[in-house]
Amino acid sequence: MPKDGGIGASSKRREDIRFLSGTGQYTDDINLHGQAYAYFLRSDVAHGKINGIDTSAAEGMPGVLRVFTAKDFDGVGGIPCGWQITSIDGQPMQEPKHPILAEGKVRHVGDPIAVVVAESLAQARDAAEAIMPDIEDLPAVMDMKAAVQEGAPKVHDDLTSNLCYDWGFVEDNREAVDQAIKDAAHVTTLELVNNRMVANPMEPRVAVGDYAAHSGESTLYTTSQNPHVIRLLMGAFVLGIPEHKLRVVAPDVGGGFGTKIFHYAEEAFCTFAAKQLRRPVKWTSSRSEAFMSDAHGRDHVTKIELALDADNNFTALRTETYANMGAYLSTFAPSVPTWLHGTLMAGNYKTPLIYVNVKAVFTNTVPVDAYRGAGRPEATFQLERVVDKAARELGVDPIALRRQNFITEFPYATPVAVEYDTGDYHATMDKVLEVSDHAGFEARAAESKKNGKLRGYGIAHYIEACGIAPSNLVGQLGARAGLYESATVRVNATGGIVVMTGSHSHGQGHETTFAQVISEMIGIDADQVEIVHGDTARTPMGMGTYGSRSIAVGGSAMVRAAEKIINKAKKIAAHLMEASEGDIELKDGAFTVAGTDKSVAWGDVTLAAYVPHNYPLEDIEPGLEETAFYDPANFTYPSGGYACEVEVDEETGRVEVMGFTAADDFGNVINPMIVEGQVHGGLAQGIGQALWENCAYDEDGQLISASYMDYAMPRSTDLPMFKVDHSCVTPCTHNPLGVKGCGEAGAIGSPPAVINAVIDALHRGGYDVPHINMPASPDRVWAAMQGAKANMGAAQPAARSTDTAEGRSV
Amino acid sequence: MAGAQLGPAASIGIEKMYDFEFDRPTSIQAAVDSLKTEEALAFSGGQTLMPTMKQRLAMPSKVVSLSAIEEMKGVRVEGSELWIGGATTHATVMRETAESYPAISSLAGRIGDPSVRSRGTIGGSVANNDPSACYPAGTLASKGVIVTDRREIPADEFFQGMFMTALEEGEIVTAVKMQIPDAAHYAKFIQPASRFPLTAVFVARYGDGVRVAVTGASESGVFRWTEAEEALSGNFSAEAVDGLATPDGSGMISDLHGTGDYRAHLVKVMTKRAVAAC
Ligand SMILES: Cc1cc2nc3c(=O)[nH]c(=O)nc-3n(C[C@H](O)[C@H](O)[C@H](O)COP(=O)(O)OP(=O)(O)OC[C@H]3O[C@@H](n4cnc5c(N)ncnc54)[C@H](O)[C@@H]3O)c2cc1C
Repeated sequence: MPKDGGIGASSKRREDIRFLSGTGQYTDDINLHGQAYAYFLRSDVAHGKINGIDTSAAEGMPGVLRVFTAKDFDGVGGIPCGWQITSIDGQPMQEPKHPILAEGKVRHVGDPIAVVVAESLAQARDAAEAIMPDIEDLPAVMDMKAAVQEGAPKVHDDLTSNLCYDWGFVEDNREAVDQAIKDAAHVTTLELVNNRMVANPMEPRVAVGDYAAHSGESTLYTTSQNPHVIRLLMGAFVLGIPEHKLRVVAPDVGGGFGTKIFHYAEEAFCTFAAKQLRRPVKWTSSRSEAFMSDAHGRDHVTKIELALDADNNFTALRTETYANMGAYLSTFAPSVPTWLHGTLMAGNYKTPLIYVNVKAVFTNTVPVDAYRGAGRPEATFQLERVVDKAARELGVDPIALRRQNFITEFPYATPVAVEYDTGDYHATMDKVLEVSDHAGFEARAAESKKNGKLRGYGIAHYIEACGIAPSNLVGQLGARAGLYESATVRVNATGGIVVMTGSHSHGQGHETTFAQVISEMIGIDADQVEIVHGDTARTPMGMGTYGSRSIAVGGSAMVRAAEKIINKAKKIAAHLMEASEGDIELKDGAFTVAGTDKSVAWGDVTLAAYVPHNYPLEDIEPGLEETAFYDPANFTYPSGGYACEVEVDEETGRVEVMGFTAADDFGNVINPMIVEGQVHGGLAQGIGQALWENCAYDEDGQLISASYMDYAMPRSTDLPMFKVDHSCVTPCTHNPLGVKGCGEAGAIGSPPAVINAVIDALHRGGYDVPHINMPASPDRVWAAMQGAKANMGAAQPAARSTDTAEGRSV
Repeated sequence: MAGAQLGPAASIGIEKMYDFEFDRPTSIQAAVDSLKTEEALAFSGGQTLMPTMKQRLAMPSKVVSLSAIEEMKGVRVEGSELWIGGATTHATVMRETAESYPAISSLAGRIGDPSVRSRGTIGGSVANNDPSACYPAGTLASKGVIVTDRREIPADEFFQGMFMTALEEGEIVTAVKMQIPDAAHYAKFIQPASRFPLTAVFVARYGDGVRVAVTGASESGVFRWTEAEEALSGNFSAEAVDGLATPDGSGMISDLHGTGDYRAHLVKVMTKRAVAAC
């Protein structure tokens, strides 16, 4: 019987009522009295020297309050980077200044040059057109491999080169890995691109800065996944405002997908300008602006080599990745290709020796940072593609090859520094084969063939690390932050509960799921529980939501705080019933004394806490409010088997997804419906990356895919009905709810499943195509088939000249 | 203020545009007169013009809406001729040609999405002559004639290259006429982002021959593939297309979504599919 409340129930999302009825309170809905508008003049060239900016005409235009350029930010800090990586040679990464407005040079299309603040947006925009920047074009640095050559033009003149860092992991394993690859019976090599993505949340970014002269307090309303992180970064490093004089509010946020984690120049600008002008200042990104100012995702170029012994056991893995940082270091950019990527290279396999090399490179492009999955999709794509290619080269079944190398004993310490606590990969593999009706595939393939289509079946099995993360560990790895989470549980006199969490919901449904947990623990209705988030003035210091950490870390903090509440409430109940504390039980919202029929209701106890007339004042304080900070002992490791079935139209190269199955092990599940929704969204983004989405630049650094006319978002009609299963459960061993997190799995596991299916379909059609780079758009698939026909082997699309034009260096 | 007449400013993003005058005449003659103002622009469904204005790529002094001119709206069938008013929306064409000319109905029904179809018009589409637009192909293949406020122009002379037409300054497309063929089909292969044609082919079979019009492919805009027309006029079958050489890819559009060679290849595939579906 499905439950109708508490943990495990598919409770309807309470927040959807306001989202769907237009009563949500998004940042753009916030309009303060006397508010002025900011318009950013952005560079239309990728790289140029700023010889001067003439703002005089603009300053005299109607409604203009002030025009800002870099010189107005003397003494103001740059946008800080939150993670430091150390290179193989022991040197810290090169960390260029990231000014609020371009200083001396513009470094990417979209780099802000000046800002006009005016009475209206139209006036600000009119005035911005009257600003005359004198910019001398410089050659654009686009191709990562060329960028790190001697003598290449530099994005930052004060750095020694365009190389941010050269990271080796685990350096001590390097020689053994090289040796194992030399000694291998078979080595499969694959060069591939992980295409650059634009996150495209439905709500573009918005910032409203406000300054209260009477209290000296600044407030920033912003579209953020982590208001406390913004408060810390912006307050301490950029504007020099102490945290007690700065409030950051992230109200309803319409999707983030990672790109709203980071601290952006526009946030600092609006906060700064509001104080300067003594007026609230608002900026709302247009969609076009979002394409060139929101941090992008992915953009890796990788060579991966998998070594196998004569019995097809994996013996070693070696990768070399060029990771695009863009023009500046976004908040968590350096961590994505390193710790969030290298540590996952073992996948589900007991490969004993692994070496990962990552060269992070500055280019004249929009900064690149975490995007749904962040590093883990890149790792999974390489690994699951190379395993499939190895199976094909060896003539063995790709499923059997995976199974043979699966890790089966837990805990398992990988050679890349992490320890998987639990998992059962055979179970999820069995499940995905069953649910996707793998057995019936040949019949479906024959049917497709009758209709003139090539059908393919692709499998991928992923592992990911969620619930970031043990603070002491990430500190050693270079994080400049702790990654605990916090919660305050406040019980009111009449029994209702307010949970103030440091996690932030921007579509995930925390207001529903967090309330389900409290409802289960105390035995009261979920509608007695209010979840408050997204406001530094109302919640304890929290690190926010990303990396599927909310239930695993934020939920754990809430459970710890609720446990403290329950313990104290039991003491009060014991006093009221004149029983011993150890005999008190809490069930269905009532306290009872074991072995008696004595009982007091939840509300009687909460009332006693605030009206302590009959109360053990000598032992405990009045009130019922507790805070907990939870620092996880380990990451959590969701895993799963994904199967994709495609049809390829041989004449046009068009790929259609005919079926997609996800069998995930998320540990315990709080709300199955919400989990399913998270997987659906992740799959749409992963399939989108594999087949359609592509952020492309030309050689001059112009963004070609700068709107939805050229950037292909997946639509519901492009996707099949997904089959999503999460019945395979190995509960996490180290957090109180046994949960692992589900927010990114879909985007991590699906791209390789799709490409494996496309390659399978082509091989079934007689086309010997070893690999196709994402997105496997019709023209690329067609070109690959033509290449295979002409016996060009690997000399197909990956090597086409247009790939370099897209800013990649294959 | 322009915003006052167009409704709540925020809802259409008018604060992003340059200021302009706005006129909404109710007759063709009044529109022609209104368009005599320097830098005035006709505005039909706005599905092309509005984004251009929001990006400040167009700076009309005056916007003359054609949407209140009843004589430019509607669909009529007179014998074998189909008359579509220039200000008729794609949605109306889709509905009202479903029986008289299903291939045109299907073309109209696959343009953009429901909101684009209930605003965008055939007059705007042919006047704009986007190299990837659908109507130019349908019109050219259907022995179309473009009716304006001052003359009638055969489609063969009207479409003159990428975004270029025979229209003079201030000339308004008041209607498009087509000859209803014995059989026709529009085969559209979409560009995955915009969902405009990456390459699309409209094939129409008449008693006196076959017309094949191609959009999305050529750098010179919509064109008739005459080799295919000749072959199909003799033998109306997919095999007849098979026997043809693929058109030359060198004059074809090459972009992020496909090379010229790929588009040339698609011309042939889509022609074959259109014929097979006729
Ligand atoms: C998301 C989206 C998807 C689309 N997909 C497709 C598609 O798949 N296929 C396709 O063909 N089109 C597509 N379009 C374009 C759409 O069909 C437009 O409606 C059409 O191109 C222009 O028509 P309009 O009435 O909106 O013209 P407007 O935008 O009002 O005007 C366009 C131009 O034509 C001029 N003009 C307008 N009407 C007249 C007239 N009667 N006489 C003279 N000049 C005139 C205007 O001055 C302007 O220069 C799409 C558009 C969008 C926004």
